[in-house]
Amino acid sequence: MSGDSRLGNPHEDYALEQRLGTLLRGGVIVSAGVTLIGGIMYLAVHGSAPASYHTFSGEPATLRTVGGVIAGVLRGESIAIIQLGVLLLIATPIARVLISVIGFARERDWMYVACSLLVLLLLFFSLAHGG
Amino acid sequence: MHALTFTLLTLAGALLAGLVGALTGLGGGVVLVPLLTLGLGVDIRYAIGASLVCVIATSSGAAAAFVREGFTNIRIGMFLEIATTVGALLGTVLAAYVSSSALAVIFGIVLMFSAAQSMRQRVEHIAVTEPGTLGARLRLSSTYPVGDRVVSYGVEHVPTGFGLMFMAGILSALLGIGSGVVKVLAMDRAMHLPYKVSTTTSNFMIGVTAAASAGVYLHRGYIDPVLVMPVVLGVLTGATLGARLLARVHVKPLRMLFTAIMVVLALEMLYQGLTKRI
Repeated sequence: MSGDSRLGNPHEDYALEQRLGTLLRGGVIVSAGVTLIGGIMYLAVHGSAPASYHTFSGEPATLRTVGGVIAGVLRGESIAIIQLGVLLLIATPIARVLISVIGFARERDWMYVACSLLVLLLLFFSLAHGG
Repeated sequence: MHALTFTLLTLAGALLAGLVGALTGLGGGVVLVPLLTLGLGVDIRYAIGASLVCVIATSSGAAAAFVREGFTNIRIGMFLEIATTVGALLGTVLAAYVSSSALAVIFGIVLMFSAAQSMRQRVEHIAVTEPGTLGARLRLSSTYPVGDRVVSYGVEHVPTGFGLMFMAGILSALLGIGSGVVKVLAMDRAMHLPYKVSTTTSNFMIGVTAAASAGVYLHRGYIDPVLVMPVVLGVLTGATLGARLLARVHVKPLRMLFTAIMVVLALEMLYQGLTKRI
């Protein structure tokens, strides 16, 4: 147990913690904003369309992949813009792991570079190939 | 029902789920899936997809503050995320073979367990890392702020914690929840980390765990943008309001009320699952 604390955080990971905090907050705000814009655009046009999620039919192929979503956004499709917000949200923790890899590398902590790289690979695998 | 009506209803429900999640400390997912399936008749796969996205949003939002304040142990988080991501990927494989009814039953059991955990008395641990153990080799000991002091803590039983995290990953993917209850159990009860470190590190890990299965479910078409939009925005607003309220209101009676709601939802999920209505 140690005393004088308020002046400086004794963590060796202090700088990394601050960066991760900023990244997480930014990721959530940006993706919520994109989702909101896409949602307003969608409802302005399709607000009176029927909505039912009672039976599962699966999303169209264009909304299932990163490439498909980006193509839809470029065509100006509101539904693809919402999905882009979702993708940005999924990307936020992935970016957090990437920043951790860099942060641990700066601290020359190779064991934790390896840990975070392994997690990063698993996440890329999931997003790119669908498991 | 029209898309606009449905969106507004979902938004209101998600706001409530976010509020309950923040006030009970359980996160939104555990209330959101029953709300969408039982309340709005959404297919459980769509509900799981939407819930996972919300779980990423709320955990990242809250983690941003905790990690800066120095409560979160990012090394423990990073190490245990190996277990939760592998578990989550396995969970997505299992999900293809488990029926909706069986999912509802498992959900009911987890919900019941979560309700019980939210009423449990908290014990504050300060463990000492024994030299030569896995915890020592991985340098998992750290410090955290208590008032204006900095307190050192160690870690015990790392392999048990790792195994529980693997389970947490499987449940997270199967049910579309953050599995915060199991994560806290692993760190607080098994690894004997201080409670505040356990909850904040759990929250920190939830985003990565959920992202692992969300990627797979995106490919399977579980993530519907029109459903996800009000759910995410509602839960985020609810969680933010809840965090503000938490500082002002007396939490105990609210927690009792929400625990009662969770028990009712758990029984309903069990009933619907066992009678094959879901």
